[in-house]
Amino acid sequence: MMTNKWFNILVPIFSVFTGLLSGAIIMLLFGYNPIQGYIALFQGAFGDPYFFGETIRQTTPYILTGLAIAFAFRAGLFNIGAEGQVIVGWLAAVWIGTTVDAPMYIHLPLALLVAALAGALWGFIPGLLKASLGVHEVIVTIMLNYVALYSTNAIIRNVLTESADKTDMIAPTASLASAWLENLTYFSRMHYGIFLAVIAAVVMWFIIDRTNLGFELKAVGYNRYASKYAGMSVKRNIILTMIISGAFAGLAGSMEGLGTYGNMTVSSGFSNLGFDGIAVALLGANNAIGVILAALLFGALKVGALNMPTQAGVPNELVDIIIALIIFFVASSYLIRWIILRFKGRGNK
Amino acid sequence: MQKSKHILVLVLVLSLGVILVACGSSGTNKSNNDKSDEAGGDDKSKDYSVALVTDEGGVDDKSFNQSAWEGLQAWGKEQGLSKGKGFDYAQSDNESDYLPNLTRLTKDGYDLIFGVGFLLQDSVSKVAKQNPDTNYAIVDTVVEAPNVASITFAEHEGSFLAGVAAAMKTKTDKLGFVGGVDSELINKFEVGFVAGAKSVNPNINIDIQYVGNFSSAADGKLIATRMYKDGADIIYHAAGAAGNGVFAQAKDLKKNAPEREIWVIGVDRDQHDEGKIGEHNVALTSMVKRVDLSVQEVSKLGIEGDFPGGKILEFGLEDDGVFLASTNEDAYPEEIKVKVEEWKEKIVNGDIEVPKTRDELKKFEESL
Repeated sequence: MMTNKWFNILVPIFSVFTGLLSGAIIMLLFGYNPIQGYIALFQGAFGDPYFFGETIRQTTPYILTGLAIAFAFRAGLFNIGAEGQVIVGWLAAVWIGTTVDAPMYIHLPLALLVAALAGALWGFIPGLLKASLGVHEVIVTIMLNYVALYSTNAIIRNVLTESADKTDMIAPTASLASAWLENLTYFSRMHYGIFLAVIAAVVMWFIIDRTNLGFELKAVGYNRYASKYAGMSVKRNIILTMIISGAFAGLAGSMEGLGTYGNMTVSSGFSNLGFDGIAVALLGANNAIGVILAALLFGALKVGALNMPTQAGVPNELVDIIIALIIFFVASSYLIRWIILRFKGRGNK
Repeated sequence: MQKSKHILVLVLVLSLGVILVACGSSGTNKSNNDKSDEAGGDDKSKDYSVALVTDEGGVDDKSFNQSAWEGLQAWGKEQGLSKGKGFDYAQSDNESDYLPNLTRLTKDGYDLIFGVGFLLQDSVSKVAKQNPDTNYAIVDTVVEAPNVASITFAEHEGSFLAGVAAAMKTKTDKLGFVGGVDSELINKFEVGFVAGAKSVNPNINIDIQYVGNFSSAADGKLIATRMYKDGADIIYHAAGAAGNGVFAQAKDLKKNAPEREIWVIGVDRDQHDEGKIGEHNVALTSMVKRVDLSVQEVSKLGIEGDFPGGKILEFGLEDDGVFLASTNEDAYPEEIKVKVEEWKEKIVNGDIEVPKTRDELKKFEESL
């Protein structure tokens, strides 16, 4: 047991480090100075209040999508649909934000709630199909991502606006934007959502580690048949997991809709928040604190990378490769786990 | 005991990494130091510096981002500057990058910053309000602020000429228009094209369809397949990279039946090279938008102290801000060229008002 816990901490750290190291080697091979490159990356993410604020802004939805995927993983489900759940959550939040007229203490919670419900609905569909017909959730969630993307575009064009390519701005009563956070960080788009994201992480931890529901979910994740034999309702647990997972992702969408942008634009491709969330969950070893830390790392990489071309002269393409390498090593933590085990095994001989 | 072994491993690996990084950096130190010296140099001098932020396309999109960057490079060359020293660009991977990129360049002390593409409208408007002392320019749309110059193009006029050329060239009296995203900007292309074609032949058929994005060449190809099958022989595309699919389909058809008359009208840049297939070329002409020229022009005004803040600059036919390319001489004979010139004169003289929106087009068609 002891080694297991130790591993969960060691493996992600080792992955990130290997990723940074191979990024450095790539930069060396192409004749760039990796130290300057990483200094630019670091300064671009934390160098001054503005970039720090932007990093936190980017971290906020990552925490929530990371939680969504980690939650499903715990029950043995692979929710690739976080991307689509983000999109419907975003749309729902903006819809409520632009059309409802109410004081802030009703409007904002309502917008958040509806966003979470929309995400939950988008998670419920694959959950139901999996539980009742055994359709694999990966297939259904991938397809639902596209359904979400294109229906949302159609709704923005035809329902929320008259064939414009973006919605109106949400009412200030539904906005998560915060003047003092913005002033604190030189007009960055940092917003109150970060507090919600941290609260959501606590909620996730509480559900998983402190409730019967969480216990059952984990049991289903470990062994579906044993859980059934023990008298748990596997179907109910699968559906519930997908609903809660979807709600987290829907909230991530509302962070963008109510916090960062304040509107929604017709989009030709995915936001990648949901897909990056998979890597966040993996790196965070599917637990709440891990997800927060991993999301912070991803937010910093994403925002800091923008600074590498201008400050250190590293071309954009190379920056993409370096970031991808870091993610690659993070995702291949199983490989790293295996290597460490091998190493340990030899040491014991 | 177990634990200490793991820590040992970690420490070993960490130190190995540090050594590797340190070794490598000493080798490349020299060149990089030079680079940073250069970058530091422009802060000290009072030279005028200009930067641009691309949209999702990036500076190698073969379309207007690339064109804008080429314009900035040409301006820099004129001023004796080099990239990173006096001018630079920042590339955006998606929507969330626009504002950080604009803000970073602002903080780096650039005097004039371009936002390339209407997607950056909100971000430029925000950053301009926060930094009243820096000048901004936005391409393809309008931002109303005293420190923002809005660069627009008379795409409808250029498209009108494309319509004239197409209507004269067609043998089937059926044309196609493939748009990127159904938006105010792309409607200008559509409406101008239809107006031009109908001015030549009021009974001409025009098949109009939108891809829904500017990136999916596969969807563009699918739409082109259907249009050519339905009898259109010339397709005008205003769909960015999705329009490459239109070219691909036209080239496929041409390859299988070289005698068949199949044409594409390109957009933004002269897309002559995209149309090459063996000894044939399916690119009839291109509606060229001189984004590069506009970027160069506004930068020039900026350095001279005449920055057109708060103004809307329209680059049109008269200053060659938009024009029809005549690179494909075999396909684009003198006869059409002369006619196009005639219509151009009429537009420049103000004899005809080219419609910009679908409502204006309706009125225009009634007046024919």
